[in-house]
Amino acid sequence: MANNSETPLLDQLEEGRWPSFVKEIKQAAQKKPMAEDLLRQLELSYKEKIGHWKHGGIVGVKGYGGGVIGRYSDRPDLFPNVQAFHTLRVNHPTGWFYKTDALRTLCDIWDKHGSGLTNLHGSTGDAILLGTTTEHLQPCFDDLSNAGFDLGGSGSALRTPSACVGPGRCEWACIDSLDICNSLTLEFQDEIHRPMFPYKFKIKISACANDCVAAIARADLTVIGTWKGNIRIDQKEVAAYADSGLDIQKEVCNLCPTHCMTWNGKELKIYDEDCTRCMHCINLMPKALRQGEEKGATILIGAKAPIVEGALLSWVIVPFMKMEPPYEELKDLIIKIQDWWSENARSRERLGELIKRMSMRKFLRAVGLPPVPQMIKAPRTNPYVFFWPEEINRPEGKEEK
Amino acid sequence: MPPTDIGPPDYKTMLHPVIKSNYGKWRYHEILKPGVLKHVAESGEAIYTVRAGSPRLLSTDRIREICDIADKYCDGYLRFTSRNNIEFLLDDPRKIDSLIDELETKNYPIGGTGHSISNVVHTQGWVHCHTPATDASGPVKAVMDELYDYFTEMKLPAHVRIALACCLNMCGAVHCSDIAILGIHRTVPKPDNSLVPNLCEIPTTVASCPTGAVRGDMKNKTVIVDEDKCMYCGNCYTVCPAMPIADPSNDGISIWVGGKVSNARSAPMFSKLVIPYLPNNPPRWPEVVQAVKNIVEVYAANARKHERLGEWIERVGWERFFTLTGIPFTDKHIDDFDMAIETFRTSAQFKWR
Repeated sequence: MANNSETPLLDQLEEGRWPSFVKEIKQAAQKKPMAEDLLRQLELSYKEKIGHWKHGGIVGVKGYGGGVIGRYSDRPDLFPNVQAFHTLRVNHPTGWFYKTDALRTLCDIWDKHGSGLTNLHGSTGDAILLGTTTEHLQPCFDDLSNAGFDLGGSGSALRTPSACVGPGRCEWACIDSLDICNSLTLEFQDEIHRPMFPYKFKIKISACANDCVAAIARADLTVIGTWKGNIRIDQKEVAAYADSGLDIQKEVCNLCPTHCMTWNGKELKIYDEDCTRCMHCINLMPKALRQGEEKGATILIGAKAPIVEGALLSWVIVPFMKMEPPYEELKDLIIKIQDWWSENARSRERLGELIKRMSMRKFLRAVGLPPVPQMIKAPRTNPYVFFWPEEINRPEGKEEK
Repeated sequence: MPPTDIGPPDYKTMLHPVIKSNYGKWRYHEILKPGVLKHVAESGEAIYTVRAGSPRLLSTDRIREICDIADKYCDGYLRFTSRNNIEFLLDDPRKIDSLIDELETKNYPIGGTGHSISNVVHTQGWVHCHTPATDASGPVKAVMDELYDYFTEMKLPAHVRIALACCLNMCGAVHCSDIAILGIHRTVPKPDNSLVPNLCEIPTTVASCPTGAVRGDMKNKTVIVDEDKCMYCGNCYTVCPAMPIADPSNDGISIWVGGKVSNARSAPMFSKLVIPYLPNNPPRWPEVVQAVKNIVEVYAANARKHERLGEWIERVGWERFFTLTGIPFTDKHIDDFDMAIETFRTSAQFKWR
């Protein structure tokens, strides 16, 4: 078989030590002609160095405007079984925690309705069911829904929010990232399932500044756990780290970005007023150092990948917000932000791009947030300053135009 | 009629009993060895994690195999990480070694913890995307075959996070990765004047261009692309299917380095361009694999402990980076988009090499 294989290029990716996606497709192909044609079409792409999926195609399930990505082959003559090869985004259990029975249920539904191929998980965090026909979309959704699953977001909608493992298994969690994520997901079901925004909107929640879900780089609304108050030091455990070979001066103090720590070989001192809570020292000595006791979150906004106007990292807009269920303050802020964005943005203009175009000054006033120095790296260096009409002295009796 | 808007299954029903009873009360953790974590709660109870690599694209049969393993060793509890690793969760440390044995017999790599190269976050590529400039799964497989030992060991100065996006849309967060592998186009989109009038809204298409390279041609109800202004982002193609941009002999891969998302020590940073173009050379993209390996090895040999790739480069300077890696510096490395001037050197302080 090996020397007259239909897929000589892809076969080469079955070799090597890293797990092979080609083996996965071949495994599915044993049961599903759809997976077999996917493999054959992919081989053609490898040969011709070009993709063979057509642009777009609007398909969906009843009542929803998203959650399904339409996909059609541009060579249905050669690969009839992937003529339609749509994807369903299934909203993952928050934190990507599973019990095996839930995963097995997903597998059974997908074997019944689709290609037998998945992504665990897609970039938005959803469980991706990769490839089915238009006729199977609704029955597949029905089975998913009856089994307790729902679709995630796609298109100009709120995308499936995602969160780090947080209090589920991490001592650094300053906030309940899982509960916040789950609560927002349930609160904003309409915004997830029925695209009504100028463009996509992403919410990601990391429970500390290590930011395991890259919230600061890719979420229009970024929630990052932080604390106030002093880092709690267990000097005995610090000494134990030193004894076990950690060079506290070199690896901890010297790498502290604010140089707010000293170590005399016996005692670690932290000048907390200079600490910017970067997590480095705590990362290195989790047994010895614990965050301050007053926990909350920093809220940042605007991050995105390059398209259209260039990549952005999120900007601080609320230095500290308490995070207690049902998270009303956060939810109210999100609604205000989305309202302002929906009202002012051009089509396909992300929140960060809109703020860049219209100014942070206008954004802050619109959502009612006070300007504070924590929002900036430095004040402006140009003299092109706008003032609000009420800040200008006008001759008495003259109305402002 | 089945219900809509029910949201995801409640994650609380998916939590291991030890996680449930110690939720939010974790005290510290240790990396026992590569791929094995021990998290200890204030109660003294511990949950152990065995982390395994995955190709992300999984068949239902494979998922069932993963479930069988989790049932056998973990009472059916597992999770996935934000980098597509599988985490098997157990409360009995005596089962760890036999779990690892079984995973290794079935060719799952164990690792991705601490100062390692964890799994590569990546996009769909030719498997399922309509705008790719390269494949995703293939280059990732080829790169990780070569860097496998960096996943299963913890021998680097710090974490190295690699990500791949098959076009500038970047469905993954590759723009802040230690090493980003990014598919790029290099030739302008070609409007099909017979199809544009039917398939595309001209004002939307014109507005989609970040550099104003797309002009309306109202007489012929189509658009014209200014070749001098177009930088091949493909955004017009996203809104107008009648102007395809894929070009097999010119599409390829660019390499970016030095990004990070964590706030630890330095602030989060964007990745910066270091190799403007490498050819698409399936099935194993040898030029890309070699380029990534070279960067990892030069970094490993020169950076200080705990220094991320970008932090090391900031300390030694880009002059030194290009010297040490032997990567040629070209005019493409000098920015010419809207924030370009912020990247120009405005001091007389620099290194000769």
